[in-house]
Amino acid sequence: MEHYISMFVRAVFIENLALSFFLGMCTFLAVSKKVTTAIGLGVAVIVVLGISVPISNLVNTFVLSPGSLHWAGFPDADLSFLRFLTFIGIIAALVQILEMTLDKYLPSLYNALGIFLPLITVNCAIFGGVLFMVERDYNFTESIVYGIGSGVGWALAITLLAAVREKLKYADIPDGLRGLGITFISTGLIGLGFMSFSGVSL
Amino acid sequence: MSLKNYIERLEPSFEPGGKHEKWYALYEAVATILYTPGKTNKGATHVRDNIDLKRIMIFVWLMTFPAMFYGMYNVGFQASLALADGYQLGDIWQVGLFQLFGGEFTADSGWGTMMWYGACFFLPIYAVTFIVGGFWEVLFASIRKHEVNEGFFVTSVLFALILPATIPLWQVALGITFGIVIGKEIFGGTGRNFLNPALTGRAFLYFSFPAAISGDQVWTAVDGHSGATLLSQAFNGDMVYDNISGTIEGTWSWMDAFIGRIPGSVGEVSTLAILIGGLALIYFRIASWRIVGGVLIGMVAFSGLLNLIGSETNAMFAMPWYWHMVIGGFAFGMFFMATDPVSASFTNKGKWAYGILIGFMTVMIRVINPAFPEGIMLAILFANVFAPLFDHFVVQANVKRRALRHGK
Repeated sequence: MEHYISMFVRAVFIENLALSFFLGMCTFLAVSKKVTTAIGLGVAVIVVLGISVPISNLVNTFVLSPGSLHWAGFPDADLSFLRFLTFIGIIAALVQILEMTLDKYLPSLYNALGIFLPLITVNCAIFGGVLFMVERDYNFTESIVYGIGSGVGWALAITLLAAVREKLKYADIPDGLRGLGITFISTGLIGLGFMSFSGVSL
Repeated sequence: MSLKNYIERLEPSFEPGGKHEKWYALYEAVATILYTPGKTNKGATHVRDNIDLKRIMIFVWLMTFPAMFYGMYNVGFQASLALADGYQLGDIWQVGLFQLFGGEFTADSGWGTMMWYGACFFLPIYAVTFIVGGFWEVLFASIRKHEVNEGFFVTSVLFALILPATIPLWQVALGITFGIVIGKEIFGGTGRNFLNPALTGRAFLYFSFPAAISGDQVWTAVDGHSGATLLSQAFNGDMVYDNISGTIEGTWSWMDAFIGRIPGSVGEVSTLAILIGGLALIYFRIASWRIVGGVLIGMVAFSGLLNLIGSETNAMFAMPWYWHMVIGGFAFGMFFMATDPVSASFTNKGKWAYGILIGFMTVMIRVINPAFPEGIMLAILFANVFAPLFDHFVVQANVKRRALRHGK
């Protein structure tokens, strides 16, 4: 249990996908003008990461890794060159299914998330999370914890940025830096705040 | 011809269309330091009070003086301790400056000499901070047509006080430049930034030049002396926590740490001197007691929890809260840095949450993060990032409550 807790904390704070790897920047910068929308997008990312990482883990363990097809009678097969393609397919399919499910059963949440759900398909934080899972050889339970943890970390980061940007509405920023420029700098400064965790070994 | 008349006579040439209109910001800064501005608000609903931003900032600046003067004395005091152990004064220009004015420094010099020796280290740091930082302030103020703000007095003195005495001056210039320009001015100046500018500069130096700003070599102003700060001693498990009034040979006692006879950054060593300034700030309602209380609660609660848990491998778990309070920069950060009204939360409930987060994070970084011996500066930066979010939630909750009350 302790192992999973420290893994979760690491995924949220120390190895934050947005603030220490700078993944998923396009949506991170574009959809962080208001706290409420940022929270909505953050929840969507948590859900998608929390599902797609474990499922990719299963596919990786039983189909793609070298020697993993021995249950089907192909002990020598190595399909790992198909990883990128498969994972992107899995993420896209998952998002599509999720979208249809929400539309049918939870229309209010579907409307709240709106365009963000399809956007998540191309969010590199999701793909990055899946690839980190493969690179670090997580087992199935670990991949669930890591998926949810990294999603929470990303959601936290975008919520913080949105709150900072709401405060910056009253700032008097030089013309050349208005909009995206100051958002990049703010992201960097928030990252500086999160560097207090760098070096923690759990 | 009084000074006031002289300044008023100069004013037209600085106003738009005048000969020196580019320099208005500089003129305004000098004039308003010397005299209260003549403009008053004529509107009906306006709080009239003598305590404006200018007075607040100058007051905070004055309240750092006990810590500052004690810090200068302590630089000399630490050096004299090292001299008594047989170390030599270094061949550096600060010592040259000291000797240029006929100072002679031996192990048994008096406190005046010690203070003058410390001043030869601290004053150049402060001067560089002030000149370089002031240059950026005036540059931005002139080009962007806003006023030079007294907040800069506070930023500069806080920044200078959290540096070790032997830091190279070019690093001081670099740090204050980053703090003022990236931490404050690109957001439009005082009141618009979201991180504390002094801490932004310090963190920048911390991550860029770790060896020059922490470690064993930097704290004592004599040649080749390596004196670990109490935090790194504690990290190695060399601290004796029940040494309250100073009886055990060869270790620092709690009283030493409280009064400030320990190695450390110039302004951070003496909890007593900081307490004098800090309590005055709270008494005059300049610093928020909620933030200070929150920091204390967070620190005491979390360090108490860690005491209970205990650890075989990590000696920091055993440090009790009254030691956490007197070593490192905790007191200085709590009174002067965390209470910065711009980068803290604005709402009262937000201030509690903000303070508790700082106290918690300080202990977290000190105890659990082996990479950084000191935590409060980074903890405050971290909480600065969270402060707008706390405000957002408090405001939203308030909106919801009022909507319910009025049946909407």
